[in-house]
Amino acid sequence: MTTATPTVAAGTQKTDGTPSTTAGRVRKRLNSRTATLVSIVIAVVWTVPTFGLLISSLRPEDEIKTTGWWTAFTSPQFTLENYQQVLFGRSSSSGQLASYFINSLAITVPSVLFPLAFASLAAYALAWIKFRGRDWLYIAIFALQIVPLQMALVPLLKFFSTGVTLGGVTLMPAWDLVDEQKFAQVWFAHTCFALPFAVFLLHNFISQLPGDLMEAARVDGATHPKIFRTIVLPLITPALAAFGIFQFLWVWNDLLVALIFAGGGNETAPLTVRLAEMAGTRGNEWQRLTAGAFVSIVVPLIVFLSLQRFFVRGLLAGSVKG
Amino acid sequence: MEFDFAEEQPKFLMLMYGLIAFVVVVGGLLLLLDVVPAWFARRREAQLVAASASGAPLPRRRRQGEGLFALFFLLPTLLLLTVGLVVPAIRTTLLSFMDAGSTNWVGLRNYGWMFSDDSIVRVLINTLVWVVLVPLIATGFGLIYAVLVDKARFEAVAKSLIFLPMAISFVGASIIWKFVYAYRGEGDQIGLLNQIVVSLGGEPKQWLLESPLNTLLLIVIMVWIQAGFAMVVLSAAIKAIPGDIVEAARLDGVSPWQMFWQITMPSIRPALIVVVVTLTIATLKVFDIVRTATNGNYDTSVIASEMYNQAFRYGQNGQGSALAVFLFILVIPVVIYQIRNLRQQREG
Repeated sequence: MTTATPTVAAGTQKTDGTPSTTAGRVRKRLNSRTATLVSIVIAVVWTVPTFGLLISSLRPEDEIKTTGWWTAFTSPQFTLENYQQVLFGRSSSSGQLASYFINSLAITVPSVLFPLAFASLAAYALAWIKFRGRDWLYIAIFALQIVPLQMALVPLLKFFSTGVTLGGVTLMPAWDLVDEQKFAQVWFAHTCFALPFAVFLLHNFISQLPGDLMEAARVDGATHPKIFRTIVLPLITPALAAFGIFQFLWVWNDLLVALIFAGGGNETAPLTVRLAEMAGTRGNEWQRLTAGAFVSIVVPLIVFLSLQRFFVRGLLAGSVKG
Repeated sequence: MEFDFAEEQPKFLMLMYGLIAFVVVVGGLLLLLDVVPAWFARRREAQLVAASASGAPLPRRRRQGEGLFALFFLLPTLLLLTVGLVVPAIRTTLLSFMDAGSTNWVGLRNYGWMFSDDSIVRVLINTLVWVVLVPLIATGFGLIYAVLVDKARFEAVAKSLIFLPMAISFVGASIIWKFVYAYRGEGDQIGLLNQIVVSLGGEPKQWLLESPLNTLLLIVIMVWIQAGFAMVVLSAAIKAIPGDIVEAARLDGVSPWQMFWQITMPSIRPALIVVVVTLTIATLKVFDIVRTATNGNYDTSVIASEMYNQAFRYGQNGQGSALAVFLFILVIPVVIYQIRNLRQQREG
């Protein structure tokens, strides 16, 4: 991988001259050939690790543990046994990933919907309703992106476990959640952490909508909720999709928030938590790790590949989650 | 050996509650916003009727509805941000000046500990290495690749290949690379890296146990994930360079090398800054990779993973909070730099 850089440099330097002469043209072609070669090398280096994981996850256990995955090309032996075991196995060591998979799903869906709805409401108000201190509020919300979520973890956990008391008066009781009720904590945490970025991204889109449209609707007597529902929401669908994909990938792939707010059992913990645990305690059970990793990868990959267009648009609009 | 679907039912029930809560909250809010203004309108109408009947002067129309609307639109967001971010951040700052149990004030002792304890100094140095190397290398690869595949025949596919790791969780990526680094005594290797080393005549190694090499190998994982992001943003910037500038330069007989340094680089400078800054912030907070790959052992820990260990594994709330605050302090200047750059861009 590190050998790629000097090759490019050497390749492009060669062409110091005009390509008008025959020699120049040959050089240019050579150069573009080097460029192609280098880009292929990079692409291969980037793809091979994942490819190796996929191949391995399909090989029988003793094959994975004794020979490299590349030997599968000369003596192919494939099985779905690893997936069967890691997903549906009942023994505690097997992974039981089907159960964790459902947890991931149950965590992700509300964690995407809530910030999406709240942030689009807030972004609309900040962009199109005139009130005092509007700019300051927007700047304040924008600035909250700076706060790393590590800053919020300890107090937020305490907030869930002991509630809020002020001067001996209980303002909010402890949540006292057990088992799958803990999903609510994770939803709450993800929603809070997503809002600053969501408001920022959606505000960018909403504030660029044509003002004439809003004005005309106002003149016709439409109220803000009506404008929001009937005019703004349909127009910002691409932005909603972009942020939705962001948030989906971010929540599905998250480890830190889940680790702290979901608990470790198969009632609530998502795939990432379980996989991290397996990598730690069963680091040599490659047949389970490779299959498990692939199970966790597959959903975001599908979402990503099918909605890549929106994702890239969102990426370019608001750079990326800080 | 059988998976029992019925056991999973409570989870779906909980998910349904969540969705019902969503519909009730958002629907209720919108409904409320529809009802309140209608009520105001009716009251005003009644006032007008009463005023015209009694011959009193018509009440002046007040525009007070706007602020109220804004409040309701913003209410959920403001509430959640206060409870979930603002108050906790303030509390964490306070906790960082208290002891492990958050009962006694200890002044700056936690910060003193941070800069004197050898293992934590190591953590800070590791974080520094991460922050310098990841943005630099990931942006470098992203840029090289974006330039190389620009207008190539299979550009879309080629870009997807590099971009794909963005969709993979850090945990998944760590397992992928742990497999590349895998070590198996003597004889046949199952890890690609050791196989390459062996076939070149070297000895297989336990890559992740050797400091400081292991930190660099973890950095490779982060670079692998993030280069795609850099590539996509920079590629878009390159495509946005006006065609006539490129054409004019080409007519002047500029070599590709000169073209790159004199046309491409200056044109994409703003995008370059955004990428580097974003990657820097992401790198400062890196946690999953370190935790999955080595659990912070063998001298690989960074601030974010050490913060987790201190606060949630060792019960050292004070020290964990101090690390979180330090992380916050490190992020601030980077973000301010980015904001200033964005503003200049807008004005310029």
